[in-house]
Order: sequence, then structure tokens, then C-alpha cells
Amino acid sequence: MSAVIEEHHHDDHHHGPAKGIMRWVFTTNHKDIGTLYLWFSFAMFLLGGSFALVIRAELFQPGLQIVEPEFFNQMTTMHGLIMVFGAVMPAFVGLANWLVPMMIGAPDMALPRMNNYSFWILPFAFTMLASTLLMEGGGPNFGWTFYAPLSTEQGPPSTTFFIFAVHLMGISSIMGSINVIVTILNLRAPGLTLMQMPLFVWTWLITAFLLIAVMPVLAGVVTMMLMDIHFGTAFFNAGGGGDPVLFQHVFWFFGHPEVYIMILPAFGVVSAIIPTFARKRLFGYASMVYATSSIAFLSFIVWAHHMFTVGMPLAGELYFMYATMLIAIPTGVKVFNWVATMWQGAMTFETPMLFAIAFVILFTIGGLSGLMLAIGPADFQYHDTYFVVAHFHYVLVPGSVFSIMAAVYYWLPKWTGNMYDEALGKLHFWLSFVGINVLFFPQHFVGLAGMPRRVPDYNLQFADYNMVSSVGAFLFGFSQLLFLFIVIKCVRGGVKATDQVWEGAHGLEWTIPSPAPYHTFTTPPDLKDISEAHG
Amino acid sequence: MDKAKRCKWLIALSLLMSSSLAFADWSALNMRQGVTEISQEVYGLHMIMFWVCVVIGVLVFGTMIISMLMHRKSLGVKPATFHDNTTIEIAWTIVPIIILVVLAIPATTTLTKMYDTGDTEMDIEVRGLQWKWQYTYLNDDPSKEISFISSMITPQEEIYNRAPKRENYLLDVDNELVIPIDTRIRFLITSGDVIHSWWVPDFALKKDAIPGFIHELWTIVDTPGTYRGKCTELCGPYHGFMPVVVRAVEKDEYAAWLLEQQAEAEKVFEIVGKQWSEEELMVEGEEVYLRACASCHQVNGRGLPPAFPSLVGQGLAVGPIEDHIDIVLNGKPGSAMQSFSKQLNAAEIAAVITYERKSWGNQAESVQPKEIFEMLEAQ
Amino acid sequence: MSTTSNEAYEPYYVPEQSKLPIFASIGIFLTVYGMGNILIDMSAGEDHSLGIWILMTGGLVLGFTLFTWFSTVIKENHAKMYSAQMNRSFVWGMSWFILSEVFFFAAFFGALFYVRMFSIDWIAGEGGRGPSDMLWPGFEAAWPLLNTPDMERFPGAHTSMGWFGLPLVNTILLVASSFTVNIAHHGIKEGNRQKLVLWLAITVALGIAFLICQVLEYQHAYDELGLTLNAGIYGTTFYMLTGFHGAHVTLGTFMLAVMLGRAIKGHFRDDDCFGFEAAAWYWHFVDVVWIGLFVFVYILGS
Ligand code: HEA
Ligand code: HEA
Ligand code: HEC
Ligand code: CUA
Ligand SMILES: [Cu+2]
Repeated sequence: MSAVIEEHHHDDHHHGPAKGIMRWVFTTNHKDIGTLYLWFSFAMFLLGGSFALVIRAELFQPGLQIVEPEFFNQMTTMHGLIMVFGAVMPAFVGLANWLVPMMIGAPDMALPRMNNYSFWILPFAFTMLASTLLMEGGGPNFGWTFYAPLSTEQGPPSTTFFIFAVHLMGISSIMGSINVIVTILNLRAPGLTLMQMPLFVWTWLITAFLLIAVMPVLAGVVTMMLMDIHFGTAFFNAGGGGDPVLFQHVFWFFGHPEVYIMILPAFGVVSAIIPTFARKRLFGYASMVYATSSIAFLSFIVWAHHMFTVGMPLAGELYFMYATMLIAIPTGVKVFNWVATMWQGAMTFETPMLFAIAFVILFTIGGLSGLMLAIGPADFQYHDTYFVVAHFHYVLVPGSVFSIMAAVYYWLPKWTGNMYDEALGKLHFWLSFVGINVLFFPQHFVGLAGMPRRVPDYNLQFADYNMVSSVGAFLFGFSQLLFLFIVIKCVRGGVKATDQVWEGAHGLEWTIPSPAPYHTFTTPPDLKDISEAHG
Repeated sequence: MDKAKRCKWLIALSLLMSSSLAFADWSALNMRQGVTEISQEVYGLHMIMFWVCVVIGVLVFGTMIISMLMHRKSLGVKPATFHDNTTIEIAWTIVPIIILVVLAIPATTTLTKMYDTGDTEMDIEVRGLQWKWQYTYLNDDPSKEISFISSMITPQEEIYNRAPKRENYLLDVDNELVIPIDTRIRFLITSGDVIHSWWVPDFALKKDAIPGFIHELWTIVDTPGTYRGKCTELCGPYHGFMPVVVRAVEKDEYAAWLLEQQAEAEKVFEIVGKQWSEEELMVEGEEVYLRACASCHQVNGRGLPPAFPSLVGQGLAVGPIEDHIDIVLNGKPGSAMQSFSKQLNAAEIAAVITYERKSWGNQAESVQPKEIFEMLEAQ
Repeated sequence: MSTTSNEAYEPYYVPEQSKLPIFASIGIFLTVYGMGNILIDMSAGEDHSLGIWILMTGGLVLGFTLFTWFSTVIKENHAKMYSAQMNRSFVWGMSWFILSEVFFFAAFFGALFYVRMFSIDWIAGEGGRGPSDMLWPGFEAAWPLLNTPDMERFPGAHTSMGWFGLPLVNTILLVASSFTVNIAHHGIKEGNRQKLVLWLAITVALGIAFLICQVLEYQHAYDELGLTLNAGIYGTTFYMLTGFHGAHVTLGTFMLAVMLGRAIKGHFRDDDCFGFEAAAWYWHFVDVVWIGLFVFVYILGS
């Protein structure tokens, strides 16, 4: 799809892209690969979203009406997996591909062929993962956290393909992150110091480090599963001296940093957009960098807050509670910095800014409910209820996903050379904003009132809020088709964008023409504008 | 443009409000206060956290909204140029730290209390099984131990919307866990297959049931009543149908109940000893099958292959009876097929095996409770 | 254009389109898809699996593509298309890759520590997690864990694997090989090709010797000690840690062997030997992991 749409751009520049579909298959260009990642991620967003809509349709009313419990579990699992690994992570890698080289004045990513490899593994991995739904015994049905022994002893045969799909995603992510790190550390324009880099680059540098550290651990834990399933080992079986809880420790050692992998680049995006539309430099650049690093560090030592109810000894419980609470501090610093950036600015509210502001508010709501979850004794009541579901959707959907949309609106004119349709963009924002709150806010209530997660059916007292939530889901879901329309419309034409695009935009990417030429910075840029780049 | 935007804000806000206030029964929206000292404390913690979050939210969002209203380009303001302020940055690092420390103190106290499982007056083992709970009242004298299975009795008709749903839809079980009030009770949580989680919101008790491990919980219930909860850890397709129902009763009522249970256990002894006719076995067998087996092997015996095998015209149900008995008594490790030797008594096991061997067109021999009983004794 | 820095600017080589990655993607996909099929068929008790053919096709495609890929890189390098900056990218890339491998092993070491320090004690009812011993009467926590809680399903090992004997020999072999590969490196730096080839060959031989010893050790464990994958958590951690290490030694030896071939062909100069260095770093990494294994799996584990 993207080949057709994108074709008539870019080609009149030197070293223009090749023609036809093979351009996309063989490409080594960071912009092409960024585009591929973004389209792929959007396709996965729709797929994972349709699974969510199946969930919400079933939960519209009490009773079983549309799907059987067994299939419901497959939907929950695949929804979580596809959204996390297929939609959000690749979208951020796509943004990194497009933006990091342009922001640091590099000619391309450091290892362009490997860059292409990182991308093209993904369609195979996700085809394999999605196809498990059609296999005998169905797809993975044990939740995106695939706890043993449900997954090892009772998983469907296709669990093995799920494991290998995770391996492939891991390989892709690790290669992708190596590329990002090496690009940032080695390909900055001469004279550009680390502390002059835009925050988006900083957050990605740290995210890439997190990825390199934890994706191998994920690979490790699925490998242990594979061995328990096929070779009779006893990692997760007390009968052999192992422990099912060991699975959870290893999984969450990956899983918790993973959630920050999905939010740190979002922080970077927002830190770029708010200053632009507030026409004011980012407040507290240095503290932003330190806060990001602290969050990354803390993310390694808090994993067992997902496991307060597994029966850890008291000391462990207390330690993980305290450590988790600490994360509020650097995150608070970020939130306050954004607010201070807006303070006494001269704001305008174009679509990217709307998404960014909604991000700050709704992410904070999600973060605050996260803090409530961090209180161990209270988590005994919250754990595995819809309160948790509400928490993580608030940080993930109006968090990560909104930031991705903000980024797309913000940089789309630079990518395509055309302005998107502002009126439609605003409409999209408002539909999404209303939809998302109608969708997820009531889930706090049903959660507190006692509705467990991962159930296809619930008792009658939860009926009203589930109905509201489902209505919100369809509103939000179908609004995203509008997003698709806006992007396609913009790619095909529209008002020509200027080089700087936004009045208050600073940074290297705004010094080059719109659309960005196929190859940028084949010679290093002039850095006189760079002092503005980070704020 | 401004007006239009404010208008949209209003619409958005009112939509939000209406979604949350339309059903304004607040008690149904908030955490339950519960009926134990601990659950009250937890509720207190929850409310403190909630208000702290509200205050922070109001401050942060209030500042943003003021800023959005006053510092907009359309009002002709010039942007300020500050971008750093060490004092304020230190302040907004320190203040949250203080808030967090203050919050951590009561949380620590409550948690420590929850973990103190000493001095209990009675022990109940809670064993999660797909998809029911087994409760065993532990006793130093094993012959006095009472053990029973508690599974959901909401009928399929209600679940599949063919009959109106009753009040406690999905929350009714055949055998409730009965406990005395004002007694310090220790629960020993474990599992026979995958991980479950035993949750009674009114006691603020939730603990994962991990196969191969035992975790402890304790409670003292103040008020008699029936308290309902659910399994909260994904444990397979019927995870949503695994309610927990606890009935807390006065101490003397409990004592009476206990005697009754023990008498019933005696009766079973007699039943097992006698010779059963085939009809008797079939009637009892159907009842047991629907209760204990049909969730996996389905009412029509055809199962849900490949996860749950069909028992019709194939496999062990029409094969050698020893193997059939063996799988029902001992289960099949590593699969959902569990051991029923502790869940069902010998009469029930004999009946269900007979039922399986003679239903849905299967024609194989039957087995007597006495034979099963002897096998169980020999184990 | 002017720059504000005095660092000299070097043009960075950005390859044009490439067919390699897509073939590598297809190759790796077929490889894992084939493996998946084999494993599923194996566990379903089937004798034959189509997966073998898929796996072999995938392996061939992947192997051939990677061969072409690396050859291309070498050719481009020899054609002087790479700047010093490009080489730094490779250096960084390899270092971060090795870091990711460190974390992979960390997961398995972590599992070992967790089991030894916590979970077997908990199963025996000690250490603050509840009276789990009620479920396993008679079970005693010990390491190495020869008597598992459920001896029927995980029939323990008779004896643990000592550190003396083959493991010690293997330690000596690997440590020695880290030195020899270093000497070979000096050979490059001194422009002494004979030294390079000789010591590299010795290194490869040591690697192979290590692998042979490991095979012998596994045979001994299976046949005489009853130490199997299925022997419970001791066998599990033993084989997973040493097994993944062995897989890495195999890869490392292969890499060094390729470097040996290249050295014989006359590749590498004192200022241009990244391929060799990458293989050598990898080798050192594998060596360090072994030291960890030797201490934690063998010495402290028997
Ligand atoms: C983008 C993803 C993301 C992010 C950023 C977060 C952020 C946080 N999360 Fe969340 N979380 C998830 C994704 C995320 N989470 C997911 C996916 C799950 C469920 C997984 C599963 O089980 O399937 C989960 C589950 C989860 C749990 C387990 C719940 C359970 O299962 O019982 C806990 C418990 O502690 C938790 C805590 C936190 C905390 C403390 C933060 C903090 O980082 C939040 C910090 C932010 C703020 C606090 C707001 C801003 C701060 C201020 C305005 C400063 C002032 C504040 C104070 C001083 C109070 N999360
Ligand atoms: C980034 C991650 C992410 C995102 C974006 C979302 C987005 C959404 N999620 Fe969630 N979700 C998770 C991550 C995410 N989720 C995770 C990790 C879990 C836990 C899983 C587990 O328990 O294991 C979860 C679980 C989860 C549950 C709980 C399920 C359960 O416990 O059983 C629910 C229920 O309401 C839900 C709903 C939704 C909805 C309605 C959306 C909406 O935002 C989706 C919006 C909808 C669309 C975008 C659809 C658009 C498509 C169309 C309009 C059709 C057109 C189709 C084609 C062209 C093919 N999600
Ligand atoms: C939690 C799900 C579950 C419940 C409840 C259950 N079974 Fe099973 N049963 C299984 C599974 C899974 C298998 C397949 C085991 C295997 O071979 O891997 C099985 C296999 C069997 C078999 C052997 C089938 C064959 O031909 O191989 C018999 C007989 C059987 N069950 C009888 C019963 C009886 C009697 C009950 C009730 C008292 C019961 N099952 C309850 C899941 C269940
Ligand atoms: Cu048992 Cu969920
Ligand atoms: Cu977390």
C-alpha cells in the first residue's frame, strides 16, 4: 500500500529511490525504512485494535454472546502481544529511523543494511504469530504475560510458533537498537555534543539501551519455556525443584523495562512538540536528561511490583514497593518541566499540540493510578482487576499511542512536503480524546468494584460501565480510520509545507527542505541553529 | 475559534461526567470497605492515595489549564524566555519525596500486619483446581479432616442468555466455604494444576495459588454474612467461572455445621460399601459428570479437541477399564486432566466412569464403588 | 560547509539498495518455522516431520546469504569504501551485541541463583514463603538437587558433576585459548603473518578440543551419572547453562576458523583487522562466561 502512495515523492532528488515495490524490499534508506515501520505498525494497530473490539463486543453485555471463552482468551492474548510488540514498539522505531539521523545531522543510520533486516524480520514474525489463530488448537491463550505453567503445560501446540515469533521480534529489536545507539554515538554531526541533542534523540538512546538489556532476557524466558514444553526440563515445575514464580521474575525483569521502552520515546516526542507550540524553550533540558536516565535505571529494579500477590517474603514485598514509588519522582520532574514550558509561552493549539497536551494530562492520570498500584497492600485489592487494565491503557493509549499520533502530525509535513488537513486533524483528536476517556475511565470503577481482568463474562453489577466502555471502544476505534484517511490525504497532496513548517520549530530537521530529500546531510550541517535544537 | 474550542471542552467534559455520574451509586464504584480490620485499613490506604492523586492532579492540570487559557498566542502574549530555575526544580523533586515517604509509612505497617500469620486458631487449605476450589479443614487427626469441592452452579442457560440471569449470576457455588466469625483463621493457598488466585474483596485477601507451593493468609471476620469473590489469575478458558464464596457464621452455628459435615462423611462410607445397580450408577454418574467433567469434556462427551479429548466411541472411555480408572484417579500430569481421587468419593468415581462408558453410544463395562474404594485404599 | 568543530569530516559510506536483508529474513523465518514444526511433531509423537526440510532450506538460505553479506562487507572494505568512522560503527555494533549476549546469559544465571538461593528452600518450607513442605513430605533442600520433590516425573541424578576432570581440563583449554588468540592478535599488529596463522590455528584447535571434551562430558553425565535434562532443576540448569555456552563456543570457533581462512588468504593489516578483533572479543566473552560457569555450576555446584 505504501509503495503506491509514496511513489511520486522523493524521486527527483539525486540518488533518488528505485522504482516499484522492490524499492521498499531492498531499501537501505533510513527514511524508507522509517516509513515501512510506521505503516507496518499502523496495520498492526488496526489488527490488534480489531481484537480489542472483539473483546469489547463480547463484554458489551453480561453473558456469552459472540465468542467462546477459549477464543476470548486468544483475543486478549493476541491483542496485548500485537499492540505491544507490533504496534507501539515498531512505531517508535519508525520514528527513530526517520528522525534520529535528521536530528543529529547524520547521512543515514549507521548500519543501513542491518536496518533493513531489522524491519523485514517483523512481517514474517507477525505473520507467524497471527497465523497461530488459524492452527489446530488455536493461538496463544495464556495472556500476553504467558505465565507458566498455563503456557508450558496447557498451551496449545502453536505455543512453539509463538515462542519463535518472540525470538524473531527480539532479534529485530536488538539489531534495531544497536543501530540507533551506534548512529547516535558515532554519527552525530561534528561538533554536536551529547548535551546538545534534542530530547527525542536522548530518550531513544536510553530506550535502545533498555532494549539491548532486556530483549535477550525475554528470549531467555521463552527459551526456558520451550525447554520445559519439549525437553522435560523443570524450570517452572516445583516437582523438579523449579518454581512457576521464577517465570514471573524473569518475565517481569524484561516486562517492566519494556513498559518504559514504550513511554520514553513518547516523552521525547512531547518534549519536542510542546516547546514548538509554546514558542518557548524546553524548561529544564538537563534535568529532563537526568530524569530519563533515572527512570531507565529504576526500571531495572522494580519488576516485582507486578507480583505483589505471588507470595514473596515480606522483605521483598517492601523493597519492591519502595523502589516502585521512587519512579514517581523523575517522572514528576518531567511532567512539571512540560507544564513549566507551557507556562508564559505563547501557545497555539494545532493538532500535534492537542495530542501532546492530552498526553501530559492523561499520562499523568495513568501514572497516578500506577502509583496507587505501587502501594503493596492496596495492590492486593487492585491486582488483576480492571483497575490495572485502566491504569495501563491510560499510560499506553493516550500515552504512547497519542504521542505517536502527535509525532505523525508534527513531522508529516516534513516527511511528505504537504500540510495535513488541520480541521480533520482536530476532529480526529476530539473524537479520540472523548472516545478514549469513555472507553477507559469507567474501567477504574468496575475494577475497584471487583471485576477481574481476562474474563469473558461478568456479574450483573458491572453491566452499565462495561456497556459505556464498549461504546467508547468503538468510537475510539473507528475514529482511527479517520486518521488513516488524513494521513493518506496528506501523502497524496495538500498545501505545500515550508521548510520550518511550524513557527516555533527548532532543530536540524527543520533546516532542510520539505519534503526531506531522499538523502540528507551527506555532508555535515551547519550547526549555528543547533543551540536551539534542544529547546 | 476560541469559543468553538471552549465549547468542545465543555462537551467533552460533560460527556465524561455523564459517563461516570449517570450511575451514581458510589459504593458500587469504589473499593469495598470490607468486614475485617485489615480490609478497613487497606480501604483507608486506598482513599489516602486517591485524595493525594486528586490534589496533585488538580494542581498540575489546574496550572496547565490556566496556562492554556492565559498564555495563548491569540491573546497577543509574548513568550517568556526562561528555561531553567534550580530552586524550583529542587523543590519539585523534594516535595514528592516527602509525600512518598509519608505514604510509605502506613503502607508498611499494614503490609507487616498482613504478613504476620502466627497464632492462628484454625487452618484451612485452599486448593485451586481448574475451575473450582477445594477446601480442606485441616486437623491433626486426618480422619476428622473435612474436604469438599466448591464449584460454580450458574447454569449454562443463563450464561448463554437463554434464561434470565439471577442475582448472584456467576457468583453462586454448590458448597460455600463456611468459617466462624471472631476467629483467627489461617488459609493455606495452593494449586493442583496452574496458577489461580484466591480473592475475597471483603477481607482484602488475595493470594496466588501456585502449584507446588503453599502460601499463607490470615483473617478475622467481624460480621456474619456471605462474601463473594473470584479467581483472579488467568487459569484457562473457564477462569471467569471460578467464584469464591465464603459464609461467615456465628461460632456455635459453625460448630453445628462441622458436626453435620462429619456425619455426612460417615454416610458416604456406607454408600460406598453397598452393591449399586446400573441405573443407580447412571443417575449418580450423570450428576457427577455434569458437575465435574462437562466443563472440559462437554455435555455431549465430545470435548473440545485437541485441548480436551472426546470420550465418545474412542480412547480410554471404551478401552480397558483399568486405564480409564487410572486416568480419573490419578489424572495425567502436564495436562488439564487432574486427579479426582481426592475430589470425588469412591461412589462418585465409580458412577462417573460407568456413566462415561455407557453414554453417547459407548458400550463398555461398568465398575462398582467398592472396587474403586479398594484401589483408593491401596494407594 | 563550515563546521564548528575541528574534527575532520570523513564521508560515510551508505550502501545503495541491497538484496541481502530480505533473503536473510526469509532464511531466518524458514529456519525457525521449520524448527517449530519439528518440535511440535516430535512432541506429538510423530516420526517424520516436514519441518526438517523447511529447516534445511531456511538454514541454507540464511547461511548462503550471511556468507554473501560478510563477503560483501569484506570486499567493500578492501575497496577502501569504509572510513575510520565506519569502522567505529562496527566496533560499537559488536560491543553492544556482546552486551546483549551478556544479558541473555544473565537470565539463565539468574534462574540458577534464584533456584539455589530461594526456591528449593521454599519448597522445603523454609524462608518465609509458607509451609510448602506439606506438599512434599520428606523433601530436603540441597544443592546439587539429586532428590527432586517429584521423583516420578523428574527422577533426579545419582551423582552430581564434579569440577575436577573434564571440566577442569576444559577450563584450562579455554583460558589458554584466550591467550593464544591474543598472541595471534599481536601477530597482526607486528605484521607477522606466520605468528598470526599459527596461533590462530592453535586457538581454533583448542576450541574444537573443548567441544569434544564437552561431548564426552555430556555422555558421561547421561550414561553414568543419570544427569539428564529431565533430572529436575539441577539437570535443567546444568544443561541449559553449559549447553548455551557450548553453542556459543561452537559459533566462536566457527568465527575464528573463518578468520583463520582469511588470515591464510592474506587479509588483515595492523590498522585494519576489525573482523578478527570482533571474533576475538566474542571469544573472550565466551571465555568469561565459562569462568562464571566453572565457578557457579561446577565448583559451587558439586
Ligand atoms: C507505558 C507503559 C507504562 C508506564 C509508563 C507505567 C508507569 C507506572 N506503572 Fe504501570 N503498568 C503497565 C504499563 C505502564 N506503567 C502495564 C502494561 C501494566 C500491566 C501489565 C500486565 O499485567 O499485563 C502495568 C502494571 C503496573 C503495576 C502492577 C499492577 C498489578 O498487576 O497489580 C504496578 C504496580 O506497582 C504499576 C505501577 C506503575 C508506576 C508506579 C508507574 C510510574 O512510572 C508512574 C509515574 C508517574 C506519575 C506518578 C505521574 C506523574 C508524576 C507527578 C505529577 C509527580 C507527583 C507525584 C507524586 C509525588 C505522587 N504498573
Ligand atoms: C499499546 C498497547 C495497547 C493498546 C494501544 C491497546 C488498545 C486497546 N485496548 Fe488493550 N491491552 C493491552 C495493550 C493495549 N491495548 C495489553 C498489554 C493488554 C493485556 C492483555 C492481557 O491481559 O494479556 C490489554 C488488554 C485489554 C483489555 C482487557 C482484556 C481482558 O482482560 O480480557 C481490554 C478490554 O477492554 C482492552 C481494550 C482495548 C481497546 C478497546 C483498545 C483501543 O485503543 C483499540 C482501538 C481500536 C482500534 C484501533 C481498532 C481500529 C480498527 C477498526 C476500526 C477496524 C478496521 C479493521 C481493519 C481495517 C482490519 N485491552
Ligand atoms: C480441567 C479439564 C478437565 C476436567 C474437569 C476433566 N477432564 Fe478428563 N481430560 C482432560 C484432558 C486435557 C484430557 C487429555 C489428557 C491427555 O491425554 O493429555 C482428559 C482425558 C480424559 C480421559 C482419557 C481420554 C482418552 O481417551 O485419552 C478420560 C477417560 C477422562 N478425561 C475422564 C474425565 C472424567 C471422568 C472427569 C470428571 C470426573 C474429567 N475427565 C474431568 C481434561 C479434563
Ligand atoms: Cu482459576 Cu482463574
Ligand atoms: Cu511495571
